[in-house]
Amino acid sequence: GTAFGEGAATKAEAAIAAFTGGANIAPGDVTLILPEIAENGFTVPIEVAAPGAEAILVLAPANPNPEVATFTFGPLSGAQRASTRIRLAQSQEVIAIARMDGGRYIEARRSVEVTLGGCGAPT
Amino acid sequence: MAENVTPRVRVPATATAGEVVTIKTLISHRMESGERRDEAGRRVPRSIIHRFVARFNGETVIDVAMEPAISTNPFFEFDARVPESGTMTFAWYDDDGSIYEEAREIVVE
Repeated sequence: GTAFGEGAATKAEAAIAAFTGGANIAPGDVTLILPEIAENGFTVPIEVAAPGAEAILVLAPANPNPEVATFTFGPLSGAQRASTRIRLAQSQEVIAIARMDGGRYIEARRSVEVTLGGCGAPT
Repeated sequence: MAENVTPRVRVPATATAGEVVTIKTLISHRMESGERRDEAGRRVPRSIIHRFVARFNGETVIDVAMEPAISTNPFFEFDARVPESGTMTFAWYDDDGSIYEEAREIVVE
């Protein structure tokens, strides 16, 4: 796939700062389930969970737009967990950052090897 | 309104008071990312569903901000707590201003 270079890192940092307000992020009890190898980058299954989280931001820093989704959990959330399917433009380390009560931030990261990049090609 | 947009939801018809139930949703939509080029090399304009909200009796279960990296035909699975009988409502918000809605009753036995 295409290399997005240092601009990708900067865009991801900006997205993280917008979510955290610049607060420190520690490793923590965040579950991030992705396949190690994704043959089709157009549809990659992902599950995120962080017990007690107010919200979880998912980032794919090597995508043209690093933000993937932000899950905000309401009063009737039964578990702070969600599954969906995402596009990954190339192999990369996906990041999930959870905002906990009291303004703490914790994260998990997973590397995914993408065989067919799910971005610019005509479908 | 985008064409051929059909929401589907899987919600249990009954629950016990306070039970946590798993909800699955799927909506048919191209989710045009804005990054793709057509055969002439022109960039195809972004056209996505950018937000999904599930509520029960008006209280939020989950509220998802969706970016172009969400795949075609967006799927979500999540858990809701059901304190009493009522209505689970679902809303998907399209870039073109359309709102697609669905609702299901849950009876607490």
